Amino acid sequence: MKMQLPDKRGYYGAFGGKFVIETLVPALEQLEAEYHKARKDKKFKKELDFLLAEYVGRETPLYLAKRLTAQLGGAKVYLKREDLNHTGAHKINNTLGQALLALRMKKTRVIAETGAGQHGVATAAAAALLGLKCDVFMGTDDMERQKLNVYRMRMMGATVVPVTCGSRTLKDAMSEAMRDWISTVGHTHYIIGSVAGMHPFPMIVRDFQAVIGKEARKQIKAIEKRLPDLLIACVGGGSNAMGLFHPFYGDKKVRMMGVEAGGTGQKLGQHGASLSRGSVGVLHGSKGYLLQDENGQIAETHSISAGLDYPGVGPEHCFFKESGRAEYVTITDAEAVEAFGLLSRAEGIMPALESAHAVAQVCKVAPKMKKNQIIIVCLSGRGDKDVDRMAKLAENK
Amino acid sequence: MNRIEKKFQELKANGKKALIVFVTAGDPDMDTTEKLIPRLFDAGADIVEVGIPFSDPMADGPVIQQSFMRALGQGTTLGGILAMTKRVREVSDGPIVYMSAFNLEFHYGIEKFARDAQYSGVDGVIFPDLIPEEAGDVLPLMEKAGIAPIFLVAPTSGQARIKTITQKCRGFVYYVSVAGITGKQKPLEEEVRGQVAMIRKATKLPVAAGFGISTPEQAAAIGKFTDGVIVGSAVVRLLEAVRPQHEVIDGVCGFVRKMRDALDG
Repeated sequence: MKMQLPDKRGYYGAFGGKFVIETLVPALEQLEAEYHKARKDKKFKKELDFLLAEYVGRETPLYLAKRLTAQLGGAKVYLKREDLNHTGAHKINNTLGQALLALRMKKTRVIAETGAGQHGVATAAAAALLGLKCDVFMGTDDMERQKLNVYRMRMMGATVVPVTCGSRTLKDAMSEAMRDWISTVGHTHYIIGSVAGMHPFPMIVRDFQAVIGKEARKQIKAIEKRLPDLLIACVGGGSNAMGLFHPFYGDKKVRMMGVEAGGTGQKLGQHGASLSRGSVGVLHGSKGYLLQDENGQIAETHSISAGLDYPGVGPEHCFFKESGRAEYVTITDAEAVEAFGLLSRAEGIMPALESAHAVAQVCKVAPKMKKNQIIIVCLSGRGDKDVDRMAKLAENK
Repeated sequence: MNRIEKKFQELKANGKKALIVFVTAGDPDMDTTEKLIPRLFDAGADIVEVGIPFSDPMADGPVIQQSFMRALGQGTTLGGILAMTKRVREVSDGPIVYMSAFNLEFHYGIEKFARDAQYSGVDGVIFPDLIPEEAGDVLPLMEKAGIAPIFLVAPTSGQARIKTITQKCRGFVYYVSVAGITGKQKPLEEEVRGQVAMIRKATKLPVAAGFGISTPEQAAAIGKFTDGVIVGSAVVRLLEAVRPQHEVIDGVCGFVRKMRDALDG
């Protein structure tokens, strides 16, 4: 079944749209038009495919985690190894695509928001590769907890712009990037890093990230001669999850599970679970589930993983939740930390703390499934950036 | 007739330009805002734009962002602002428009908001993050309540968009005088003149320009070819310093009088 969403207005059911200041509308229209042209352009596809293969190192393995599977004693667990991509996460799939679009639109500068720093690093790399000027907005709290990525961005020639307003995390970085874009839209393209924000971004980012699910679908059919029973991925804004889920949308028997940040508790401010515990509102250009207080002010969020520490979520995930196509669950900080250790020891693979949320959910559901059932989990990033943090946690124990 | 339309007619008849003054509701506190608004009209403001504080404003610079944080720190809510507006209406008949991130009214309930805003005597609403294409559900409710939906036209808007926008717009057209955020860059006179001329081709509505207008000289220059100017960050900056209420009000009104004089030439 071919997916027809979003509609012309950029809606996925009741979610999405373009809630932006008029100043940006012409740029969004230009981007949408250019994207549709690029999609039909064989040269564009060839160039992107070449970079994905030769620069990023795709395709990424679909790896059967035998020891983890044995330990959990249930379904077979396959890891989609997005952590093996150049720059260490799935983010580069999107930044290369968008940077190429920026060149087509004759823009000379790109900007990005980043939480964990992975999208910032991937944008910095794409910008260096394609000769674009690059500024990355990052909350000062995140700069502190993901220091390594701050250095990486700077070494590749990007400027990291510290964001000190609000909660000094991903939400504020995105607000600040949006404000910059309003002022620089003539020569700047804003590379949004998730399937969030205003139309056409959720569609464009999804399409560039869909390479994850397309490969996984082909790989599992080659290895197991059948489709998986369950897909699991972490959801902040939701780009790695949508990238994995989307190509399986029409495969009704394949269940999908998005894992949100459960943080340290159920109360507003203690987690980042917009879909599980939020309500519908408008933030950063689109209508969707949000964490907000009783007056509609955006709530502060918490997660041990900077990449999931965000009060909103992409509109297509809202649609998947509403239509029942995917389920959304939460994993706490403590469970994610435990899963980080478990996967590291069982397989010699350190997941990013974001991805560790997905692994933790695998640990919950795999034992309850039959041994001939199959789970594919998106290992969206590698854990190098979190080593410092994990080491400190271990010392404090 | 809506108070906004009446005001612009009156100004036109007298050969004057509208001075539209933005203040954040609840900064430094709601009582000050309540006393300040009638005094702004006395000092020469034609329309008062009440900023509804939001945690994550999309197009506001640091001055208004910080003002919003101060107001939120005081426990300011949309319900409280509506109640304050109702009290202001008992002493003042000047046109009042709200400027708000769409989420706040969406969360409050648009239908309830339209009803309550009408009851409080709100004359118009500006949602900077709501373009006409997204306002389908909102417009009939505003119309029913007699509240003018005021839309923005930007320096980046082309002729076709200007037409779409001005068709849905009531009261006045808000021309965003810089491609940027509030309180940062200065508008380029020639650019504003060109875009305003384009807007005039599309509509008979009055056109007021705002964003980056902070001095009496700028107001006078821009006022020459618009129907009004909007001043925000420059006013809000005067709310920053902690001082007695009467000093805050006197300070702001002094500045408004200077703007008025400059605009009147």
